[in-house]
Order: sequence, then C-alpha cells, then structure tokens
Amino acid sequence: MNLLEVKGLTKKYGDKLALDGFSFEVPKNSIFGLLGPNGAGKTTLIRILNQITQPDSGEINLDGRPLKPKDVELIGYLPEERGLYKSMKVAEQIIYLAQLKGLSKTVAKNRMHYWFDRLNIKGWGDKKIEELSKGMAQKIQFIVTVIHNPPLLILDEPFSGFDPVNANLIKKEILTLKDQGATIILSTHRMENVEELCDNIALIHQSKKVLDGPVKTIKRNYRSQTYEVGFHSESAEEITRQFSNNFKVQPAYFNDISAQAKLQVKLDDHQSTTSLLQFLIDRKVEITHFSELVPSINDIFIKTVEQHG
Amino acid sequence: MGNLSLIIKREYLARIKNKAFIIMTFLSPLLVVGMIFLVAYLSSLNNDEKKIIALHDVQELINKELPNTNQLGFVDFSNLPLDQAIMRADKEKLYGLLYVPAVEDAAISNPSIEFFAKEAPSSFLVSDLEQKISRIITDTNLANAGIDKTQLQQAQTKVNLQIEDFDGQSTSKLAGYVKMIFGGAAGYLLMMFIIIYGNMVMRSVIEEKTNRIVEIIISSVKPFQLMLGKITGTSLAGLTQFLIWLIFGGVLLLISSSLIAPNEPGIASAATPVDSDEIALLFQNIMALPLFKISLSFFIYFIGGYFLYSAIYAAIGAAVDSETDTQQFMFPIIVPLMLGIYVGFFTVIENPHGTVATVFSHIPLTSPIVMLMRIPFGVAWWEVLISLSILFASVFLVIKMAAKIYRIGILMYGKKPTYKELFKWLKN
Repeated sequence: MNLLEVKGLTKKYGDKLALDGFSFEVPKNSIFGLLGPNGAGKTTLIRILNQITQPDSGEINLDGRPLKPKDVELIGYLPEERGLYKSMKVAEQIIYLAQLKGLSKTVAKNRMHYWFDRLNIKGWGDKKIEELSKGMAQKIQFIVTVIHNPPLLILDEPFSGFDPVNANLIKKEILTLKDQGATIILSTHRMENVEELCDNIALIHQSKKVLDGPVKTIKRNYRSQTYEVGFHSESAEEITRQFSNNFKVQPAYFNDISAQAKLQVKLDDHQSTTSLLQFLIDRKVEITHFSELVPSINDIFIKTVEQHG
Repeated sequence: MGNLSLIIKREYLARIKNKAFIIMTFLSPLLVVGMIFLVAYLSSLNNDEKKIIALHDVQELINKELPNTNQLGFVDFSNLPLDQAIMRADKEKLYGLLYVPAVEDAAISNPSIEFFAKEAPSSFLVSDLEQKISRIITDTNLANAGIDKTQLQQAQTKVNLQIEDFDGQSTSKLAGYVKMIFGGAAGYLLMMFIIIYGNMVMRSVIEEKTNRIVEIIISSVKPFQLMLGKITGTSLAGLTQFLIWLIFGGVLLLISSSLIAPNEPGIASAATPVDSDEIALLFQNIMALPLFKISLSFFIYFIGGYFLYSAIYAAIGAAVDSETDTQQFMFPIIVPLMLGIYVGFFTVIENPHGTVATVFSHIPLTSPIVMLMRIPFGVAWWEVLISLSILFASVFLVIKMAAKIYRIGILMYGKKPTYKELFKWLKN
C-alpha cells in the first residue's frame, strides 16, 4: 500500500526543465530517500509536494486520492533552509505554526510540552529564537515539523547543524515516528544516513529519475560477485600464490587485527562462494574475515550520476 | 480560528509588541507637545529683548502718542540734525531710527516716513510700527477735520459676505481656510500613514524571506493569505497607533493649553488678536463642515489607499533580499504620493472642483489624498462613489498582481530582479 504516488510530474521554469516526467511511489510506513546532486530538482519536487509550487503536469495521489489543498495539514515539512521568527518567543512560535497546521491552541500546547520533554529542552518556551544557538533552533524547527502528527514527513537534510549526540537523538525520533506509523521522505546528501534509515530510494539527476527502488534490491543489482577474504596461515605467501592461479585476486584493504593475508576475490560466473570457501578449507588456513563486497549507496550514487553525464 | 485571522493576529501583535512601535506611539504626542512648548518658549525669549528705537520727529507729529511697552521703547533724537542722530543711534547700538520729515500741511495724506537700521528689521516689527503710526496720523487727521472718532467707529460696519452655493450650502472666506486645513491635514496624514505602514509591511516581508520562515508558513497557508493577513494586521496596528495618538495627544494638548494660556502672554500677543465673534464663527464653520462625511471618507480612503500601496510594498519586499535593494522600486510609490500632495496643495486649494483636481481625485493612486482634500469643499456623493469604485477595483487588481510577484519572489534568493523580470512574473 502506497501512501504517496507521483506520476509524470513535470515543471518548467521559463525554458529550464526542473522536473521531467518524474514518477515514484512511497510505501506507507517506510522511509524514502530522495537523492540527487545539487540542482537536480529535489527542492522543486519537495515544494510541489508541499503545494508551494504548482506542477505544469502530472498527478499526485496521497493515500489513494488526489492531493487537495487541505492536505497540507497531513504533511510535516522541514525545509533545508531553516528559519523562524527571530524576535518571537519559542512557545508562541510553535503554537502559532501548529495552529496554522490546524491544531487547536490547547492541543498545540500539550504536544509542545511533550516534545520539550522528549528533546530535553524543558523551560525554553519563553526564550526568543535569537537567544538560541543554531542546534537549539534546529530542535525547535523539528518540533514545528512534527507537532501536528503528520502521516507524511518531508525532511530536507534533517541532521545538518546538529552535533553527533543531537543528530543521534533526532535519528531516534525519526525511527520512533516511523514505528508509530509515519511515512518519511528524507532528502539528504549524507549517504551513511540513507544506508542506515531508508527502505527505498529514488535518485534524481538533471530533472529526471535515473534510479529507484528498495535499497536492498538496488544494492543487489549493483553487486559484482566480489568478496573480501582474510586468513591466518604459516604459509600465507604460498597460499596467496595458489589463490591467484585459481581466482581473480587483488590485494584488499580492510581492518582485521589477525589476518596475515588480505585479498579481494572476484568470482567468475561458474565459481561460487562455496568453491571459494572450500579452497580455503582445503588449505587448512584459519579464516579470519569473509564478506561480500557490497556496493555502498555512495558508490552507486556516484556511478549512476557519472554514467548519465 | 481560520488561518487568515491567525496571521492577522500574529502580525498585529508582532507590530504592537515591537519596542520601536511602543516608543513611537507614546513618545510622538509628547514630542509634538514638547515642540509646541519649545517653540512658544523660544519665541517668547526672542521677544523678551526690548528694542529701543530713536525717533526723529521735529514737528512732533507722532511723538507723544507712541507708547513705551516692554518690547519696544523710544528715545527722542529730534534736537539733532538727521545725520548726527543716525550716527548717534548707531553708536549707542539702538535698534533703529524712525525719521518723520516735517510737513507743511496740517493734514497729512501720504507721509514719507523712513526707518533706518543697522540690520534689516523684522517684518513683524515693521508692520507693527506701520500700524501704530498710521493709527496716530489717522486720528490726527480726523481731529483736524473735526470728525468725532467714536461716532465714526459706530458708523463703521464690518461686512462678512455669506457665500452660498446654488444648493444653499453656505461658505465664507474663513470657511475656505478651515476646509483647506481639514482637507490638507487629512490628505497629508493619509500619505504619512501609507508610507510608514507600507514600509512596515515591506520590512516584515523581507524579514520573513531572509529568515526563510516563509517556506514553512506557505507550506501551511496560501501565499496570498499570508500577504493579505500581513497587510491587514499591519493596518490594524496603524489604526491602533492613530487612535492612541488621537486620545493621548488630545488630552495632552488640552492640559497644556490650559496651562499655557494664563502664564504665557508672549504667545497671546504674538498671535493677532481675534475677537470672540471670530472664534465663534470659526467653530460655527468647523461644525458646518461635513464632518461625518470627512471622517467616514478618511476611513474608507485610508483603507483603499493603504491596501493599494501596501500590496505594492509587499510585492517589492518579496522581490528583494534586503532593504537596501528596495530603493530602485520605491519610485512608483513615492511619485504618485508626492503628485497627490502637490496637486492637493496647489490645485485643490486654488479650485477644488477644477478639471485637474477632479481628474486626480479619480485616479486611484492619487485619489485617496486628492479626494480627501476636496471633500471639505463639498463633493457630491455620487462623485465620491465613482472615485471609490475605481479605487477599490484597482485595489483588487493591484493586490492580485502583487500576489503574483509576491508568490514567486518570496522563494527567489540571490539575484535582485529587474523590472523586466517582474513583468515576466506578472504574466506567469
């Protein structure tokens, strides 16, 4: 079941095509990574989803029906460029923005205090934004985004500006929200976050979608039958020589405190991991490391973008 | 509560909670009253200096009658020849020398009296002297001709033409002044309010844009709602300030005028003495003004004019990134406002119902100011209605156009747009 379905979204600014027939689906209760180089069209797409900008053509379905103006209340949006009223008090500001999202004043107040507790910022209500540090203001911004319990969250670089401790705190909150049923679109350049959090991704490049699907499937498609092997043996050099006669071998670099030999092995079509392991077992070595060399999203990102020029 | 009213409320509170607003609101009336006091004090200080004038009047034509007051004193230099008298007056640092030449006839018809002074005398002093001398000589002439002064005064009648237009509305010269002052003040006030509060709207738009909070807000509400809410909230703050000034300033003036009147004879004597009949006439004239019509039209034209210009201000604020970039776009705002004021002060006062005044009171960018200045002189309801319809139709149109620029501008950062680009946004 998809929470969001986007079909053939096109947007032009003058002669410049910002989005070219963009389609994707976001399954309910998942985290969707929206990736792409700078200027690829991510911001345009996000603004269209938030109904800030109107698309020239294409359709958007939210929860199985066309997106309506009122649906802005179902979306929580954290823009990349953060901003709050500098001279307004934190509490007034949160309640005002929550009311604009359709909450009553009382509910907004209660939820605000719930989030103050969760993010360890009790007693900040009377401070003005201009008195807060950047990271502190980011927390307020996060509360503003999630306070109306939106089923769809659109987070643009949610971890920027946070120190590692607070970035982790926010990461946990995002996962908690997902557990509670929220669907999250995450736009970021930090690939380690994508690997860690996202179930599905789409890669935009030059206004077009060049890659999408579940992270696991994509990675599987990009695997290259390459394995890293580390072993311990008295006659490591001899075995390494035998190795290169039977397999395609390259020296490997990975952390292993006990391995005497570290090799990267690329299997042919008729070879299997079993034959590779059998080869090692026959030589009576102590295997200290064996892993498939899985392409990182970072590698896939760079490879795909370079392929498309 | 709807989103629009939420925005209006926030904008209103943000304006009136602003320190500068509070200070301006409560300080301005004090400042105005303080200035009045200061001017009054300074002018009384100026008059405190007693001026001594030498008099060369061989035949004693006016000599005996000239009174010594605490502002003006006279010394008689008639026993000296004129050139020596002048030299002595200069040496003794007297203010000047009044020279009354000898006449042959007892009846003086056209005396050529001269006044010598080191520096050019103030026109106030000159007219004061002229009045005094003319009164003395007239009295002398009357006495010589055997006419009784009191009889003459009784025979004199003061005529004030009661001018009425064909509809039977009466006016007078004084009424003309009163109308001018009321109309002028209303028009000028309107312009000031448009500039001050229009600028506030613009600054607030720029603030939201540079803060980037605008993206969060327009992910909840339509940009049009945000713009409208901002303009409305700010206008309410303006009306609040106006109301506070009216009350505060009124009370302060009342107190200060009751304090000032008995203790400061300087002011009373500086003003031309007005007899009570004229004050009554003044009040009568003020009461005769279509006050209800003036206040009502001020209110309506304020709303129309303010919304018209604020929408333009908002569009400008959205188009730029900082206040320093706004200069080049100010032209289309300041020129029509100035034009309105100049047309108002020159042509309306000259001929309130002339072609120029009538035309400018229908052009929407100038009509709020020009029509407000015309209304005290009597403008037919239907004419006001036509002008208002044009104004509000334009307000609707301009807000729509401004909203287009606003919608695009608030999300554009970096380059300052040209007029050409703004037109492109309009067509979008």
